[in-house]
Amino acid sequence: MGVSILVFFMVRAIPGDPAQLLLGQNATQEQVQQLRTKLGLDKNPITQYGLFLKDAATGDLGESIVTGRTVTGELAARLPATVELTLFAMLIAVVVGVPVGVVAAVKQYSWLDKITSVLALTGISMPIFWLAMILIVIFAVNLQLFPFPGRLGSDTSISAITGLVLVDSLLTLNFAGFWDGFLHLVLPAIALGTIPMAVVTRMTRSSMLEVMNEDYVRTARAKGVVPWRVIFKHALRNAMLPTVTVIGLQVGLLMGGAVITETIFAWPGVGQIAYESINRRDYAMIQGVVLYGALLFMLVNLLVDVLYAVLDPRVRY
Amino acid sequence: MAEASAGVTITTGEVRARSRREDFRRAFLGNRLAVFGAVVLAGFILMAIFAPLLAPYDPLEQDITNKFAPPSASHLFGQDEIGRDVLSRVIYGARISLTAGLVAVAISTVIGTLVGVVAGFFGGWVDAVLMRIMDVILAFPSILLAIVIVTILGPSLTNAMLALGIVFVPQLARVVRSVVISIRERDYIEAERAIGAGNIQIIFSGVLPNSLAPLIVQSTLTLATAILDVAALSFLGLGAQPPSPEWGAMLTDAFKSGYSVFINGQHAILFPGIAIALSVLAVNFIGDGLRDALDPRRRR
Repeated sequence: MGVSILVFFMVRAIPGDPAQLLLGQNATQEQVQQLRTKLGLDKNPITQYGLFLKDAATGDLGESIVTGRTVTGELAARLPATVELTLFAMLIAVVVGVPVGVVAAVKQYSWLDKITSVLALTGISMPIFWLAMILIVIFAVNLQLFPFPGRLGSDTSISAITGLVLVDSLLTLNFAGFWDGFLHLVLPAIALGTIPMAVVTRMTRSSMLEVMNEDYVRTARAKGVVPWRVIFKHALRNAMLPTVTVIGLQVGLLMGGAVITETIFAWPGVGQIAYESINRRDYAMIQGVVLYGALLFMLVNLLVDVLYAVLDPRVRY
Repeated sequence: MAEASAGVTITTGEVRARSRREDFRRAFLGNRLAVFGAVVLAGFILMAIFAPLLAPYDPLEQDITNKFAPPSASHLFGQDEIGRDVLSRVIYGARISLTAGLVAVAISTVIGTLVGVVAGFFGGWVDAVLMRIMDVILAFPSILLAIVIVTILGPSLTNAMLALGIVFVPQLARVVRSVVISIRERDYIEAERAIGAGNIQIIFSGVLPNSLAPLIVQSTLTLATAILDVAALSFLGLGAQPPSPEWGAMLTDAFKSGYSVFINGQHAILFPGIAIALSVLAVNFIGDGLRDALDPRRRR
């Protein structure tokens, strides 16, 4: 609710008349006025907010003034592409980041640890849009290993069921489509996943180091538990708490990252429409995207809290 | 006798203070990555200051006939989508990108310190209100919030710096507040109060100096993020506007010229990006080095 008020009035504060912008410089004053009435822009802001809230409660976030489609419909149509991309990026971040962090902690001060530290710091120092463009240059243009741009090649078609290319192609046993979708997914997912990967690595390493000095780990070692069991069962499980928190917070970063990654890779997701709607002053659309973003951010962090309880039996709500 | 012992006490105090500084100096200089970072950053700063002397060409001078000309003896980094010299633009870009990052961090450090000190020192409802405001800012993913603020204020480099300055406030305020709370009840603060020092005086003589170390570390690490985010906002068209040779804007201009940039203009993408990554990495190395040097537990 608080978020909705903030978002609504912040978006309204954007200078520039959307009706004028929509019709172009050559439109007559009359045409502009007509459109303003149609869009409800002539009413006072409080009335506009009241109407917005009434509609929002029923799942109606208005119409995109650029495409004419409903905001909810546009978001729903684009959400699967973004979900697929961010999940894959997060998967890369966790699958690579956690083991590397564990190894770096176990072999603290070794050359392996030092190289990982420098690489991880390099990872968080790279601008994501530059990384994305460099990946395209190296792997799509120079080596031609991966296709670019978009989500699927022009000669591939997949019947939409869930909207997730990888899932739909498997459901319809379209293996060529699966492979094409997978290849298109790799580069943007790496671009989006690199920063979270670096953050997860650093966090896993530092919390593993902390946990390895705890009494229960020493006890486990002393009673002769095999080293890998100590590391994975006794230490890692406890070290995962801060890492999970960080993963939750990364979702916010991923949203900003998705706007950039999707724009560069022409990925038809929510991030791409966010970029376009900002450039075209599409109030309804920006509002929908930011509301959805803040909501998703809160949901994920709620999920993180629930995960706490699973990972740490002492935490009970 | 009394005089002699007082003299001894003062000497010991001086020795201790000097050795602590010495410890810090040794720990920082012993960290090769931190020293590397400091040298690289110094290089970038010198590059920014002496840009007119170092740049071989005018960063805005166009040469359409040599669109995306590859690196050569006369243009070491090649030419961009409208034939401008990439090397000269990267050199001038150091001025804009580093200044923008610094200004954003300066804004958030000043506001953050103010909020943190007031909240931590006075506590009670003042603390509650200020920290809830910080929580609201933190409820938004920071880059999304920066995007919304710049969209409202209108896209420009100044507004991008301002937006990032606001977005980073909570992190700094929290660091300062936690330090202030931990030292608020210490004996030397009590002592100052006992000799009749007012709140403002105590804050400046007792509280702020002790918050300095964690504040410097946090500001340095925030600077790294700020340089990256200024570039990201410029890339989205919300920061530096063309034809400004800001590093992020250089990448946007190249990207917006069409997909041909990925084939013909690879050098126009490579060099501005390296400049961003290298300067951010340098600042991150320095920040990590400072943190380790200031925290005795982290020293090896």
